[in-house]
Amino acid sequence: MLAIYKRELKGYFTTPIGFIYLAAFFAICGFYWFAGSLLYGSSDLSLLFSTLFTISAFLAPLLTMRLLTEEKRNKTDQLLLTSPVSLTGLVVGKFLSALTVYTIGIFITAVYQFVMSFFGEVQWSTYWGNLLGLFLLGAAVLSIGMFLSSLTENQVIAAVGGFGVALLLLLIDSLGSSVGVTWLQELTMDISFYQQYADFPLGLVNIPSVIFFLSVVFLFNFLTIRVLEKRRWG
Amino acid sequence: MIEVQHLTKRYGSKLALDDLSFQVKEGEILGLLGPNGAGKSTTMNIVTGYLSATNGQVRIDGLDILEEPKKAKSKIGYLPEQPPLYPDMTVEEYLRFVWELKGAKGNREEKLGEICAQVMIDDVTGRLIKNLSKGYKQRVGLAQALVGDPSVLILDEPTVGLDPKQITEIRDLIRGLAKRHTVVFSSHILTEVQAVCDRIVVISGGKKVADDTPAGLAASMSAGRQLDLLAEGDPQQVVELLSAIDGMASVERLEEKEPGVFA
Repeated sequence: MLAIYKRELKGYFTTPIGFIYLAAFFAICGFYWFAGSLLYGSSDLSLLFSTLFTISAFLAPLLTMRLLTEEKRNKTDQLLLTSPVSLTGLVVGKFLSALTVYTIGIFITAVYQFVMSFFGEVQWSTYWGNLLGLFLLGAAVLSIGMFLSSLTENQVIAAVGGFGVALLLLLIDSLGSSVGVTWLQELTMDISFYQQYADFPLGLVNIPSVIFFLSVVFLFNFLTIRVLEKRRWG
Repeated sequence: MIEVQHLTKRYGSKLALDDLSFQVKEGEILGLLGPNGAGKSTTMNIVTGYLSATNGQVRIDGLDILEEPKKAKSKIGYLPEQPPLYPDMTVEEYLRFVWELKGAKGNREEKLGEICAQVMIDDVTGRLIKNLSKGYKQRVGLAQALVGDPSVLILDEPTVGLDPKQITEIRDLIRGLAKRHTVVFSSHILTEVQAVCDRIVVISGGKKVADDTPAGLAASMSAGRQLDLLAEGDPQQVVELLSAIDGMASVERLEEKEPGVFA
């Protein structure tokens, strides 16, 4: 698992993907930091964090699109699957490498917070709550992206599929509320990433939401393992 | 060392392998021979645990590949038909990655250096794999299979894409490897298999059609030889004379091709 993790992490930075992802992420973060906090002389990062919900969801598929597609295309999956490594180790190693790059990205906000602490009062406890929320959200979206990449040999399909799912997760509660069926509304509210995330930018760490995101991560890692297992029997 | 019993593999309605069984003894070089699409690669993919068989059993050194996959796989080095290379890595990075992946033990740099020298890639270790020629890629693939000193080597058409000089080098290498490893290697070229292997299993249409030593195989093939010839003279007399030859199974008169000349 460690070998795969290290190789993948290195892979992000021997190809331009890691750099492009981080550059785009930092640029957008920088803009909202300026527009949401600095411009008003505020040390409150809640606008940045609520915007990052959308940004993360849309950029994360870039990190996962090649995770398993390339293995199939290069036939390197034959090496991985005939090595004495478990499928779980393989999938989790890959997932953690994407999560690492994502985490490097979101830690730029710590720099902002740190810089602002010199010029005004900042609330670190609220900030860590925010960061935890963003981390959990990212982990969930990445696990879904990885699952999609296990289904296809084409990076573009994996990425566009990821965007589609991200969009659906953004819109699902408004879709649900426009349908006049109560149980459907409740259901969509419950599985909406937006609803689950909403409390974090306010500085609230909602335990059910934490469990929700962790369950999504677990579920899609599990499903990815099953897809690889199934291919053997195909 | 390797036991393959009653392997059957279906892809949908297509039967790729049909009740295939064979065994490989320790230190033996077994050649899998057969035309394209006969099931050679499928067999190898199942033996290495990449695919699962619809039916049947594979044991490596007594370990079932499905029941104890980790232990069994650590005994196998596999070079698939298309070498499993990461184009964006250098040869050195790649072999180090494989080393870690397989959890190989010993002095890494020393062992990898030995392997590189063995397959003659020590002059390209710093180059990106995507920039290598096909022959070099094939040899990096072979190096990968050797990492971790596995007791079984499964090589799927290892000489494809190499020039004649490289082919003889690789053959010599494989013969050399058999001293320490049990080797299964596939090819659709009879002479190649004859040149390298102790024993040949011929597969066709997913079925085993022969399992013999190269010499035995040659003998059994020549046993069934048939000659068509034209002879001038009295047909009855010619048939009698031909039948009298040692080892002649049967003589048959077919037709009169020209006046006085018979087939």
